[in-house]
This record gives sequence, structure tokens and C-alpha cells, in this order.
Amino acid sequence: MSSFSLLSSRTLSRSRAEWFGNIRGDLLAGLVVALALIPEAIAFSIIAGVDPKVGLYASFSIAVITAIVGGRPGMISAATAATAVLMVTLVRDHGLQYLLATTVLVGVIQIAAGAMRLGTVMRFVSKSVMTGFVNALAILIFLAQLPELTNVPPLTYVMVAGGLAIIYLLPRVTKAVPSPLICIIVLTAISMTMDLDVRTVNDMGQLPATLPIFLLPDIPLTLETLWIILPYATAIAAVGLLESLMTASIVDELTDTTSNKNRECVGQGVANCATGFIGGMAGCAMIGQSVINVKSGGRGRLSSFCAGVFLLIFCVGLGDWVKQIPMAALVAIMIMVSIGTFSWASIRDLKVHPRSSSIVMLATVAAVVATHNLAIGVLLGVLLSGIFFAGKIAQIFRLTSTLSEDGLARTYFVRGQLFFASADEFLAAFDFKEVLETVTIDVSQAHIWDISSVSALDTVVLKFRREGAKVVIIGLNEASETIVDKLAIHDKPGALERLMAH
Amino acid sequence: MPKLLALIDGSLYTQSVCDHSVWAAGGGDGSVRLMHVLGRRGASSAPANLSGTLEVDGRDALLDELASLDEQQARLAQRRGRVVLDEAKARLEEAGVGKVEVTLRNGDLIDTALEFESDVDLIVIGKRGEAADFAKLHLGSNLERVVRSSTKPVLVASRAFKPIKRFLIAFDGGASAMKAVDHISRNPAFSGLEGEILTVGPDTSEARSTLDRMVDMLKAGGHTVQADVVSGQADKVIANRVEQGGIDLLVMGAYGHSRIRNLIIGSTTTEMIRSCLIPIMLFR
Repeated sequence: MSSFSLLSSRTLSRSRAEWFGNIRGDLLAGLVVALALIPEAIAFSIIAGVDPKVGLYASFSIAVITAIVGGRPGMISAATAATAVLMVTLVRDHGLQYLLATTVLVGVIQIAAGAMRLGTVMRFVSKSVMTGFVNALAILIFLAQLPELTNVPPLTYVMVAGGLAIIYLLPRVTKAVPSPLICIIVLTAISMTMDLDVRTVNDMGQLPATLPIFLLPDIPLTLETLWIILPYATAIAAVGLLESLMTASIVDELTDTTSNKNRECVGQGVANCATGFIGGMAGCAMIGQSVINVKSGGRGRLSSFCAGVFLLIFCVGLGDWVKQIPMAALVAIMIMVSIGTFSWASIRDLKVHPRSSSIVMLATVAAVVATHNLAIGVLLGVLLSGIFFAGKIAQIFRLTSTLSEDGLARTYFVRGQLFFASADEFLAAFDFKEVLETVTIDVSQAHIWDISSVSALDTVVLKFRREGAKVVIIGLNEASETIVDKLAIHDKPGALERLMAH
Repeated sequence: MPKLLALIDGSLYTQSVCDHSVWAAGGGDGSVRLMHVLGRRGASSAPANLSGTLEVDGRDALLDELASLDEQQARLAQRRGRVVLDEAKARLEEAGVGKVEVTLRNGDLIDTALEFESDVDLIVIGKRGEAADFAKLHLGSNLERVVRSSTKPVLVASRAFKPIKRFLIAFDGGASAMKAVDHISRNPAFSGLEGEILTVGPDTSEARSTLDRMVDMLKAGGHTVQADVVSGQADKVIANRVEQGGIDLLVMGAYGHSRIRNLIIGSTTTEMIRSCLIPIMLFR
């Protein structure tokens, strides 16, 4: 009882602090974020090829639900570019209803991932892969604006340039109002009063006119449907979790607090599941918006919650005005998001960082730009960093030897790490041409990590025996302690010291 | 020789916590660990920038900005914490406490207190902290959390220390009240004090006999106490007795009920801490 009440007492006070620890800051930041979310949600719906209302409903529901069930207070989740680019072909070939079903499935996959504690797998994603991810994301956001920038009347360029000028110059005058909002207001006012012939949000599809309602995706519940949506759902779920966990670590770092990564996985899943049923598209955490939220003073769950609620109020209440927003204003804002998401420091760092890190980062970017799938880029980046790491560790290996005085016996001393990447070098280091009666291989100073190295050792023994030598192996037990998958260091005193000693 | 953990935060109650610690430490024999915990930094420390834009490498710039703001605040808090601790230490040493240690920690007050409580006999804390100084008759939010989560007795210091001559044990027959009696019978700080032990409830022979056993137990420890059984509403009766009997210290079991129950009908403990203007020693 006492431990229970202790637990509940702490959870209670923590959750109260997460919700109401920073009311004023969270409300203001939520407002700023909601205003910034509207153009983004519209833009991402257009990327995915659906009506703006799909993205707006999604942003509302994802922001509100992750505020409640997510693991990272102060992080903003909504409809995103990273997930939108994966939906393009699905929407084009099968239509909106399949997208909604996919969204539900994405949620189910993410909940399962959270339940399996896959959040911890994020530790294999290195810094270089993360940098590659944000850079690729920035490029994707920019590329998505190109249709609005090609084959358009010259007036569009003037408006985009004017919008960018407002966005970047206004904060120098005042930081009290969101400059993207002023950009929208000014450009909308100009295009309405001068009756300019530019594309507006109205041309892009339907805006929300009512509060979202619960509806089941209208699809045949067959295995065939599952095979259509499963590949999309898997990719979207993976990308969504990646960006969400990455954003969570960015917010952790900015606010110097910790978050519950597995709870965040489940939270994203619950949010997507629910969003599919109210006619929204799948989304995830947004790096740019989360940074804006922290910058505006948002820290708690209330900020994300308010962002979602304000967003819906604005869209439903001001729908007629939102319709009039020229696309040029949205493009300007998205260019700002793209520039702000890109890590420009990483270009400078290319010169100073180790070449392997740079290759990992560039490969991640290249793979994403080629496939438009951030998950593939991250997978490639993680693979490459694993290979580079193995290559580095394989260098920690030396083979020395001494010949007996009569010249009949030689003792080889193996030191360092023996595993798949160093097995070949290990084999090549022995001189099988030398005629010996006895060969002693002392592996007591080596670590045998895997089966590749065991079989390499077997090969060496076999080769020497075929040359007529008697082979003795010393210290095999100590060396092969590391072959088990999990090192039981904790129950053997001094085991770590022995491991590090050679 | 009692070992004490005194939680101080530089509020009005700090001096009182020190003085109560001196009393509870029983002079030169006891040892006191004075602890000040620097809580989490304020949630939103940056001056609000509502421009809603992402500048070039804005993430790094924001991180630098937030980190340097936190750094400045942390330095200030640290310096202030040292001063608070040093002053308190001087006060205790002046009063003749043999061994005084100071501890300045970052983190959550409750977690930190639990970390350090294992080898102490008593925790001393003020009724309210610096954040709640404005609300005179309300209790600090940390107080109940400390009392609920700690396994050690907690001495809740009143606004100012008054020499303790008479104590009252509010005895409800529960396990924590038994613990209280046991503690007092062995605590040298209570020797030579006049005491009363009071049960609020129907005057049955059973209640009387339990009380008598407690009196015997206290007698064995060298305390003479009067026992009484009074019927009525616990908090009113106890408050009355405290006022009329010139009681300087109230001893009682604390938070016998779950949070949910307290939420609905309120907690006697909270009510007592709030309404009695004397220090209270709580046992869980």
C-alpha cells in the first residue's frame, strides 16, 4: 500500500508538473505553433495529394493525443512532410480511403513497436545518421515546393520573395508576433485587394468546415487490401518513429530534461490510430515545430494540446479567410522551415569530421533524396556506420611470434579483437610456408567475438596440421568468454578490467 | 545520539528548522546533515521569442542560448544555496551541535531526501517552503510528499522555535502511533519533558488498557505522562487540548488513509499541521 501510494503520489505530481508547470508559456507557445502548423498542414496535405482538411484534422488530433499520451512533453506532433512523401503513390493509385486505413495500421504498428520497447534501438542511430536525416528532410520539404515554383506566373516569385523578406526581417524589429503569420496576412491582403490572379489554398481542395467526426475507412476488409497498405504502413510507421524519437532527443537536449521513448512510440501509435478514424493522415513529431515551440517558451504537455485545439478553432472558424491564402505565402513559409531544418553547420563540418562520418551523413541524404523514403536513408546510414565501426575495431589486432632456439617450434601471440572483420587479416598473418614441428598459438590476450573468428582459428590449426606441424592452443577459454551474446560482466568481479586489459 | 536530516531552503522557516534540529539532536551528541536541494530550473527560462521562425542553424543557437541562461541561473542558485547552508551550519554549531554536515544537491527534493534518509533517525522540515511563503495557513506542497514517501519520522517545524516543555501524543492505536510512542521512549530529547497521551474516541476499557500499556512503555523510558480518552472529532479535540494544555509539540501518526480518501473527506494530518501553530512530529 505504501509503495503504491508513493508511486501514485509521484506520478500524480509529475503529471501535474508536465501539464500545468508552465501555463502561460505553454499557452503562448501553443498559439504560435498553431499558427505555424496551419500552413504546414495544408502544404503537407498537398504533398500527399489530399484535401487540406485531411492534414488539418490530422494535425489537430495528433497534436492533442500525443500531448496526452506521448512520452515527451513540449514536443509537437502533427501531419509531417516525412510521412506525407511516402503516401503520394498510395493516394494516387488507391485514393483517400486507403490512406485512412493505412493511417490506422501505422498506429497499430507503432503501438506494437512501443510495446516491444523498440525505442531503445535508437541508440544504433549515430549522430551522423541523424544529421543526414534532418538534412534529407529539409531537402524533401524544399523539393515538395518545386511544383508551386515552376511554370507559374512571375508574380508568384515576387510574392514568395516578399514573404521570405517578411519572415526573416520582421523578427529583427519585433519578436512579439509570429512573422509567418504576418507574412500570410500581408500576402493574403495584397492578393485580395489587388485581385491578383495567383493560386490560393482554395484551389488545393476542401478545408474543414466542421469538427471532425468518427468514420470507418471505406475499404474492403480483405487480405488484398492489407497487402496494398502494409508496405506503406510499415514505411510510414518506421519514418514516423524515427523522426519522433529524434525530435524527442532534440527537445531533451534543448530543455535539459529526459523523456520516455517507449511511451512516445505508443503515444504516436495511439495518435495515428485515432487520426485514421476521423479522416486524417498519418503524422509524427516535427523537428521544426518542436524547436519553435521550445523557442516560444513552450515546455509542457499543455503547449502541444493547445496547439492542436487552437489549430482546429482557427480552421473551422476562419475557414473562409484561410481559403484566400495565396500559395506563395505557404511556399515562403515552407522554404523557411526547410532552411531552418537543414543543418548548415554540417556542411562546414564535412572538412573537419572523420571521412567515415561524412560518408555516412551524405549516403543517408543521397538515399533519401533518391527514394523519398527517410527510413531507407536511415537504414543505409546505420548499416554504413556499423561497417565503418567494425572496420575501425578490426584494426585493434596484432599477431607477433617467437621462434624457438632450435628452429623447430614457433609460438604465435594473438592480441586484440577477433571477429568477422578481422578474421581475414588473422588468417593472412600466419606464415604457413615455414616448416615447423610444433606451432603454439597463444590466444589468451585475444577476444574471440563470433563464429567467424572461431572458424578462422580452426582453419589455421587445420592448415598447420596439413603442413605436418603439431598445434597447441593456449588460453582459448579466456579468449572465447566474449563469444556469448551478452557479456555477464556484472557477476564476475574484475571481468571488465580483464576485458579492457588487452 | 540521534542523526538528523534537516531540509532547508532559505525561506523564513530555515532558522526555525535549525533550532528544532538543535533541540531534536539533543545537544552535543547528535549529528545533523543540513540539506538544500536545488530543484528543477524554471520551465521556461528563456525570454519569450514568439517570432515563430526557424533561423539558419536555429537549433544550435537556441541550445546555446538556453544552456547559457540555465548556467547563469544555476550559478546563482548554487551560490545562494551555499550561503543558506553556511549560515545554518554556523547557527547549529553555535548552539553546540557536535557534528554538522552540509549537502547541496541538484534534483527533486523527495528523491534526494529518500536517498539520504537511510541512516538518519529523524527528518526535519519546515511547514512551508520559499515558494509558498505567501499562503500563511496553507502547507508547502513538498511537506506532504516528504511525509508520505519517507519511512522515517518527520518533525515539521513551526514558524518560530519555542522551547519545548510539554508534548502531546495523539494516540489512535494504529501502527504508526505505536511507532511514535516507541520512538519517544528512546529519544533523549524527550527526557525531562512533561507529556500527555490522548486517545480521541469512545471511552472504553479497551482504549484505556491500550493507553496504560503505552504509559508503561514511556515510563520504562523514564517519561511520566498523563493519559486521557476524550470523545469527539479528532482534529477539534486535539487542537483544543494543544491550546488549553500549553502543548509545545504534537506527536502523531500521519496519513493513515489513501490519497483518494483524503481527496474526498480530507486528511486529519493535513488539518492538524495546518491549524496547530506548534511543531508536529509525524510517524508513518
